Amino acid sequence: MTEVELTVNGRIVRETVEPRLLLTDFLRHRLRLTGTHVGCEHGVCGACTVLLDGVSVRGCCVLAIQADGSRVDTVESLAEGGPLTELQESFHRHHALQCGFCTPGILMAATDLLSRGRPTRAEIADMLSGHLCRCTGYTPIVDAIEACVESPQDAGGSA
Amino acid sequence: MKPAPFGYVRAGSLDEALAALTEGGEDAKPIAGGQSLVPALNLRLVRPTLLVDLNHAGLDGVAANGALTVGATTRQAALVRDERVHPLVREALPFVGHFVTRNRGTVGGSIAHADGAAELPLCFVALDGKVVVDGPSGRRVIAADEFFVTHFTTALGAGELVVETVWPLVATGESCAFEELALRAGDFAQSMVAVALRRGADGRVVDASVAVGAVSDRPIRLRDVETLLVGTSGAEAARDAGSLAASLVDPPGSIHASARYLRALTGALMTRAIERAA
Repeated sequence: MTEVELTVNGRIVRETVEPRLLLTDFLRHRLRLTGTHVGCEHGVCGACTVLLDGVSVRGCCVLAIQADGSRVDTVESLAEGGPLTELQESFHRHHALQCGFCTPGILMAATDLLSRGRPTRAEIADMLSGHLCRCTGYTPIVDAIEACVESPQDAGGSA
Repeated sequence: MKPAPFGYVRAGSLDEALAALTEGGEDAKPIAGGQSLVPALNLRLVRPTLLVDLNHAGLDGVAANGALTVGATTRQAALVRDERVHPLVREALPFVGHFVTRNRGTVGGSIAHADGAAELPLCFVALDGKVVVDGPSGRRVIAADEFFVTHFTTALGAGELVVETVWPLVATGESCAFEELALRAGDFAQSMVAVALRRGADGRVVDASVAVGAVSDRPIRLRDVETLLVGTSGAEAARDAGSLAASLVDPPGSIHASARYLRALTGALMTRAIERAA
């Protein structure tokens, strides 16, 4: 057992972990942050996607002990009980979810993708190839993310 | 599923990593991005006694000095954004896993994992890359074609680690193309082809590099196809090269595709790649 210290959604947490504990199970079972979902546990379905030091990763393919000293942001960090983010609002507006199982992972990956510039519709679709959704047929999800791509005149603004 | 128990060492340097691996013995495994290893741990396909984490060992970073030297733990996503990376590799990178797995997966990890259906090993063989390894008997350099032995098996000896991979820069007059067919985006390839052609002032091919993957236990160069292409315009020989490639590979076939289909597929991808690189 090893003590780890990491910043989860802006809060410093200290826990003792076994090396084999996955980051997803650490978040869900230790911290009760159950917004991060567990699907396939081998990196295919994308449901467990979280941000590790600002970059989207599969929570099931990272060990909690590897995140020692890092910053982890989960879907709970987006709204934090306050108003929804623009991306979450857009998912609502475009009916980009039904059962919601895949949604937290997609929101985190899309948050990362949108933070890097202005993805094209094709790039959004390519990113979504790493996220299994059995409800929507994907089109509303692509629409929702695309609606959050800054127009060139907005770039550099506060959006 | 969850992994079976193991010990864990976070190596702060290459020396620490090598020492921990040697001490851990044959059941110790290095972990970099973990995008293949952690799934295998979760499914209990592997049960190492010790994981040596390379992510803090100072093995990341890209340097250009006549060639591109890529530190072992450089993320795949870092190459997507680097314009110095050979265009063949840049074309193949979007086929490597998914957006999110490329953020974590490493270049050295993909090479060391040696999956016969992985894109980076194929490009590495096509471009005659070199692997720099370090271990108990010191540092040595292994040519790409000699590095991949068979499924998930490389020329790495006990206690040895991939430290960096060396990739050529694009040459003058060089054009290239990568083609792949997978059942779903990001899934393992059924077949894939990498082609790089170098032309002289008259537009004829003076040097060809042709490799196929996923249809063998490791990425393989098709030297006979390369010979066929030299002296041609490229495009004029694309169909013959495709037929020849189809006859040279011997895929086992699977539930997804028969051996006959995979041979024909490899030929079609070869023709398409050469036409595109022409």
